[in-house]
Amino acid sequence: MSKDLIDQIVNNVLQGRRNKDDEGIEEGMAGNPGVAELVQEALDSGIDTDEILLNGLSKGMEMVGEKYETGEYFIPDMLTAAEAVEEGMKVMEPHLVKEGKGGKGKVIMATVEKDLHDIGKNLVAIMLKGAGFTVVDLGIDVPAARIVEAAEEEGAGLVGLSALLNTTMSNMGDVVKELEEKGLRDKIKVIIGGAPTSQDFAEEIGADSYGKDAFAAIKEAEKLLK
Amino acid sequence: MNQADRLSERGIVVHKPYARLSQEQIEMIDKASLDLLEKPGILCYHEESVSMLEKAGATAKKTREGEHDAWWVSIPAKVVRQALDTAPSRVTLGARNPDNKVVLDAEGNRVYFGSGSETNYWLEVKPETFTSKEDGHERTIPVMKRNRGNLDYLCRSAHIAEQLDNLDFFIRNVNVQDPDITTENKDVNVFFAALNNITKPVVSGVADFDQLEKVVNMAEIIVGGREELVKNPVVSFITSVIKSPLQIVGETAEKLIAIAKLGLPVVISTSPQGGSTAPIDELGMVAQVNAEALAGITINQLANPGAPVIYGAVPVRARMDDLHDMYGVPEFCHYNMDCAQMARYYKVPCYSTAGVGDAKVPGIQASVEKMYTYTAVPFAAPGLVHYAFGLLDKTQTFSPEQAVLDNHKIGMAKFLHRESGVNEEAVEKTKKTVEEVMHSPYRMYARYARGMLRRGEIFGGFPFEGEAEDQDQTLLQVKEHLNELEAREHQYLPEDICKKIFESTPGLVDRLNPYK
Repeated sequence: MSKDLIDQIVNNVLQGRRNKDDEGIEEGMAGNPGVAELVQEALDSGIDTDEILLNGLSKGMEMVGEKYETGEYFIPDMLTAAEAVEEGMKVMEPHLVKEGKGGKGKVIMATVEKDLHDIGKNLVAIMLKGAGFTVVDLGIDVPAARIVEAAEEEGAGLVGLSALLNTTMSNMGDVVKELEEKGLRDKIKVIIGGAPTSQDFAEEIGADSYGKDAFAAIKEAEKLLK
Repeated sequence: MNQADRLSERGIVVHKPYARLSQEQIEMIDKASLDLLEKPGILCYHEESVSMLEKAGATAKKTREGEHDAWWVSIPAKVVRQALDTAPSRVTLGARNPDNKVVLDAEGNRVYFGSGSETNYWLEVKPETFTSKEDGHERTIPVMKRNRGNLDYLCRSAHIAEQLDNLDFFIRNVNVQDPDITTENKDVNVFFAALNNITKPVVSGVADFDQLEKVVNMAEIIVGGREELVKNPVVSFITSVIKSPLQIVGETAEKLIAIAKLGLPVVISTSPQGGSTAPIDELGMVAQVNAEALAGITINQLANPGAPVIYGAVPVRARMDDLHDMYGVPEFCHYNMDCAQMARYYKVPCYSTAGVGDAKVPGIQASVEKMYTYTAVPFAAPGLVHYAFGLLDKTQTFSPEQAVLDNHKIGMAKFLHRESGVNEEAVEKTKKTVEEVMHSPYRMYARYARGMLRRGEIFGGFPFEGEAEDQDQTLLQVKEHLNELEAREHQYLPEDICKKIFESTPGLVDRLNPYK
């Protein structure tokens, strides 16, 4: 029973089904329990949260990643799977808090000031959630001071900054400076990404890391918050 | 199954063919062509054709052209109209695999893409590694070499054509120049090389009239007899019966009549060059090439009313610096789109052209020229689009790597013709989706794109993208893919069929027999 439920969670992550209303990759799945319902059922049956997390949600995401690597899955599949994991995590959260278990860490995500683009930032935010991070998304056009303030308030270990414009990418450097000025630089790491940015640019502004794409960003986040 | 495979289907339906010419303009060209056939008429080098035309109501006057007898034949419009009345609007090109049959319908809008034509050279691509003098880094660069065409290359090209999912029919694309292949045995060998390596329709010319019967016999062995061959013509023919301007070639006319009498499909192919053998302006070119195609159809139908015939117009433009053919230019598209409309007007299936590169090698020039005509010409919905795979250097060179690239380009051209999907049900679905997304945390449509992705409704992008930031690696990637295609299992004819063919076809060379 326990194994069957966990397998169903894995399968529904692969299908990207958040809940019973969602269709999967295969047609005709709507109406059957999705990840949220299955996680709830697993908890109700007394299955250990670690078991659900590791062998259900994380394993599902891991398999999604493998399918992406082999070209079977595409970004929409990754995103929908991550959304499904996020729904499962929402159900898990009160139980994890009660058991005193934390996730992989907290990340503040923002598109920097004067930049309204958010596809890349959203992609990374969804994937981070799917990978087990807690994400506080401040949205777009966020001033450096607000990003630093939120990071401090939330006790985040990592700030993820996004920019699409050559004219706004320099605002990423302001966030690093602000963290330094507030004496938070040692506690809060900074990762940047976006089309005009690069590893060189990250080094130039004093960021800790550069994510060339969403997948690289997740890997970097895991390293930085280890 | 990869993304590209999922997206392909046999031919494309062009839902609203582009009508460059108005009905009035079509009728003007029709009249101009018919007037030309009456005056000056055609210069015919084939006595039997002249007799048939005279019997039908044409008038002929004997003359002497150089060393040959010839006749000025004035064909009245009614003779042509009668021929068009008997020409079928549906023609089937058979195939070893019945699923690969091509059904041409002059009143429908399905377009098929095929290869052709006999190039003298096969372009070999070999990756070689060089060290840059500039930065000292090693780079692998595709080095190219032109080799003379031979039977082995022809077999390889047919096998590759079998694997290309957007290739619907095969016209041999390599001219064989092996020392043991002569006029007396060329046709049987090249037809066998094609038929033994591809299960799609084989369409080609016959070089020597005396070989026609042997080729037909070979095809009959494959399908099980003459009647079966007429039902499933695994071989169809191309006759270049016209020498532009407006001349009927003797030996080819003889082949055309013989093929008509056999009841097998034949393309009347005429390829005038705008600026040398035809007027370069659109009206002048189309009026003449149309007249030439009509003359060929008329002879074909007089020989055997109702015989399957295809309006084959291959009008090209001359380069102004050397008078070579020029394919990747706007005039070429105009000529060909107009001819597709004329054939539709006559309700005769059309054989057209797109995708020849004037460029000598694969690259930027070839891509520009090819993509241009792939996009434009099929919009007019001709039935067959030939010359579409791997042709470079104005049809002088065949590049298998280019054929792989062209397969992708044709996939793009086909995708362009997909239906818009606008209907009441879809409108309601769209409104619901937008509302759902607007109330979701990230307002992203990725979840909804997934269904289309899985159903093959989203184009897969360019499959040969390289990783390098300092060089174009496309050709290297294509080469790897080509190697995979060539390594796939061959679809040879069954052993007993091969045995029968070899026993009854003198002149076939042993090295073509896969069971030896």
